[in-house]
Amino acid sequence: MKADVHAPASAVALSCGEPVIRVEDLKTYFFTRDGVVRAVDGVSYHVMAGETLGVVGESGCGKSMTALSILGLVPKPAGRIVGGRVLLDGRDLVHASEAEMQALRGNEISMIFQEPMTSLNPVLTIGQQIAEALMLHQKLPKRAAMARAREMLELVRIPDSARRVHEYPHQFSGGMRQRAMIAMALACNPRVLLADEPTTALDVTIQAQILELMLELQEKTGTAIIFITHDLGVIAETARRVVVMYAGRKVEEASVAALFETPLHPYTVGLLRSVPSLEPDSDDGRRRRLTEIPGMVPSLLDIPPGCRFAPRCPFATEECVAAEPPLTEHRPGQWAACWHTDRVEATFDA
Amino acid sequence: MSDLTIKDVDVAGAIPRRGRVMEFVRRHPTVVLGGGLLGVLIFVSLAAPLLTQYDPLRLNVIERLQPPSERHLFGTDAYGRDIFSRTLYGGRVSIVVGLGVATLSILIGCVIGLVSGFFRRLDAVIMRFMDGLMAIPGVLLAIAMMALLRPSLFVVVIALTVTEVPRVVRLVRALTLTIREQPYVEAAISGGTRAPRLLVFHILPNMVPPLIVQATYICALAVLGEATLSFLGVGVPPEIPSWGNIIAESRLLVQRAIWTIAFPGLFLGLMVLAINMLGDGLRDLFDPRLSRKS
Amino acid sequence: MWAYLVRRILATIPVLLVVAVVVFLLVNLAPGDPAALLVGDDARTEDIERVRQRLGLDQPLPVRFVHWVGDLAQGNLGNSVLNSRPVLDLILQRLEPTASLAILSIIIAIVIAIPLGILAAWNAGKAIDRGVMVFAVLSFSFPVFLVGYLLMYVFSLYWRILPVQGYTPLAQGLGPWLANLILPSVALGLVFSALLARMTRSTMIEVLNEDYIRTARAKGLATRPILFRHALKNAAVPIVTTIGVAFAALIGGVVVTESVFAIPGVGRLTIEAVLQRDYPVVQGVVLFAAFACVMVNLVIDLSYTFFDPRIRY
Repeated sequence: MKADVHAPASAVALSCGEPVIRVEDLKTYFFTRDGVVRAVDGVSYHVMAGETLGVVGESGCGKSMTALSILGLVPKPAGRIVGGRVLLDGRDLVHASEAEMQALRGNEISMIFQEPMTSLNPVLTIGQQIAEALMLHQKLPKRAAMARAREMLELVRIPDSARRVHEYPHQFSGGMRQRAMIAMALACNPRVLLADEPTTALDVTIQAQILELMLELQEKTGTAIIFITHDLGVIAETARRVVVMYAGRKVEEASVAALFETPLHPYTVGLLRSVPSLEPDSDDGRRRRLTEIPGMVPSLLDIPPGCRFAPRCPFATEECVAAEPPLTEHRPGQWAACWHTDRVEATFDA
Repeated sequence: MSDLTIKDVDVAGAIPRRGRVMEFVRRHPTVVLGGGLLGVLIFVSLAAPLLTQYDPLRLNVIERLQPPSERHLFGTDAYGRDIFSRTLYGGRVSIVVGLGVATLSILIGCVIGLVSGFFRRLDAVIMRFMDGLMAIPGVLLAIAMMALLRPSLFVVVIALTVTEVPRVVRLVRALTLTIREQPYVEAAISGGTRAPRLLVFHILPNMVPPLIVQATYICALAVLGEATLSFLGVGVPPEIPSWGNIIAESRLLVQRAIWTIAFPGLFLGLMVLAINMLGDGLRDLFDPRLSRKS
Repeated sequence: MWAYLVRRILATIPVLLVVAVVVFLLVNLAPGDPAALLVGDDARTEDIERVRQRLGLDQPLPVRFVHWVGDLAQGNLGNSVLNSRPVLDLILQRLEPTASLAILSIIIAIVIAIPLGILAAWNAGKAIDRGVMVFAVLSFSFPVFLVGYLLMYVFSLYWRILPVQGYTPLAQGLGPWLANLILPSVALGLVFSALLARMTRSTMIEVLNEDYIRTARAKGLATRPILFRHALKNAAVPIVTTIGVAFAALIGGVVVTESVFAIPGVGRLTIEAVLQRDYPVVQGVVLFAAFACVMVNLVIDLSYTFFDPRIRY
């Protein structure tokens, strides 16, 4: 049976062993009239129980599409998973039937999305939308499901839950709606929560509350979280390990501390430098200027040979354009796909 | 699952002229099909004197109610008139009505709609009036107008125009409201452009694609409307052959001489179908987002 | 909630007023003598004079209008020129066949169009979708009377399984009533369903692209609950609105269908009245029909609150 909500011990036991979910060399392509878009082009990562993995990258780098691919929600007919595996308990989800996937979604693997405004159905009550998952996956009768829905609202700290459970989304504020979405996603105690930019559309103060809530719930339930965002600041607060994606590929993977202190990939450096910092630069005592990464993300239709980041990379050489660097463990527990990580290390100043 | 081999579609370089035309046909079949069919129908109607030697109005009672044959391609009606000839000439009425109503209603609707969308004070009054007009079923309004005025081709056009104008006004008004919020309109206003110039040269040109699409739909409705009115006996006077007229006269012949109804009916349906297809195709052409939702 | 109701009802009054104005202007501004129109061409001059005085035609337009509207409000639509019977009575007498035809046609249209529209939307871009769209465009392009004659030819004249024309009142049995109404309502319903199917399809496609449908999928819901519990309710408002707007067009179709199938309804009454220059009847029918349209749209307006909880001021 599924792990009980109040038994974090089992979650700890799992975390010492196999990952809850493992993505291996996943490839999701879109077949359009203008060509093939390689949205996800050989991405691999894994998460342990009770752990939060951060997935960082700009819009269009494939981080959201990877999550949708895990759930089998790639927009058809143009999109299709063309290679790789997604292993949950040794089962390959890529080959699972639609019925099998439907049994998993909202049950073992849940997903929450960026826009709480539009992600909830306006014509159904919050309670109905939470209860729906419970009735479907846990086969609860309606009354029990609604009662549990109320409990979930309390769990995510929505006040006056008895009344709120019968209200409609438009009667909730943005932050409350996102809490409701979290309640809906966690209702059936999923093993994995895919969070796709859950706080991006919210005010900064609400952001902090939601993040705190998510971490708290994770401690209680032992759910593994894959936290997708473009905001490094949020990653710093929530994740234990980070994966950096660029143009459909993973370019760096490290623990949070290592990523921020000793990034190995030029793109990561670029991302870090584009985060405003209030601290003065150690060199001249003045505050560091924000630098942007010049150029644009390449069109995924027409990927140049060699390293994908080369056109925008300050460290690029002919070698970079000629051959694509493989992902190598340049430091213990830290991988990067770059030919010149030594130069990056040397120049980077945290 | 093994990786698939991907054949990248390469659209590099200039496409030769003929290739571009074929590409257009491939991408927008409805426009080509609808436009082509319409073109054929218009052509045969206008070229009627060349295609048939029979006078559509000439009675020839000896040859009445003959099924389609070599002499009479579509057969003859109760008075011996050649149906093929009447069908071809009947198309002219539909063309005139269709084009006339479409053009007039767009023109009038634009004027009223632009004014309504631009001048707030007049807007409320105008829209109320349009709402009221739209509450009266079109056919009934047209029938009432035909009852009051002496029936003729011109009056049919006028009556059908009146029933279509409110919809155009609604569309133009909505478009005007959106377009006037655009920065280039603000720029023009602050540059000193006065209202009439503004409306005609800045706002109106940006509405052309949806107006064209709407015009085709109105054209189709007008052709159907005229046929309906004529069928009911309150449309084009019987001296002028129109598809609706022809069918009306052959009401009692459904069993005995189905060809008197089938052929004009077929042409009527084909023409409206062609116009509708053209309209759908143009709509997809101007805003491909609307068609490719999946 | 009640305030909303009252407000919507009050909102219909200006529209009805405009309808009255339009009809009034139609009669009074058209060439010819309004009195002669309302009395009949072959009445004697003294009669026309008398009517002119009674109608107060020597009085200014606005005053006449007010009197006339007063009459309307009391249900007085004038009298027929041919038989001097009140127009309203004539209409009410013919109402059953017309209403039967209209209601049956709407039901058939809904039964055909909505499932087809949903099917097309769910399979957007695939063969089924294209098939439904082709069907819709075809139905839309052929006039109602043609479809009617086609059905009549096949079912009544060739196969002889249904009566050719005419109408049997409901009181004489459900079977005969349906037998007469099936062909005309299918003809009308088919054409009406084309419009409705297109609208259903495009609305459902829009709804299915919304974020909350993605959320529903992410919860593991299967096709049927997504379509019916989540999507359809959101699509209901535009779809139902289309039914209301198309009601006006439906009335036009009813007139034609009654003509084809010789159903003694209000439509036939109107055509006869026009051909015999019985103008008060024509005017009365126009007013009655417009009133019916406005009422139907009001009911539909009020129904929105059932579908969309956000509409509840």
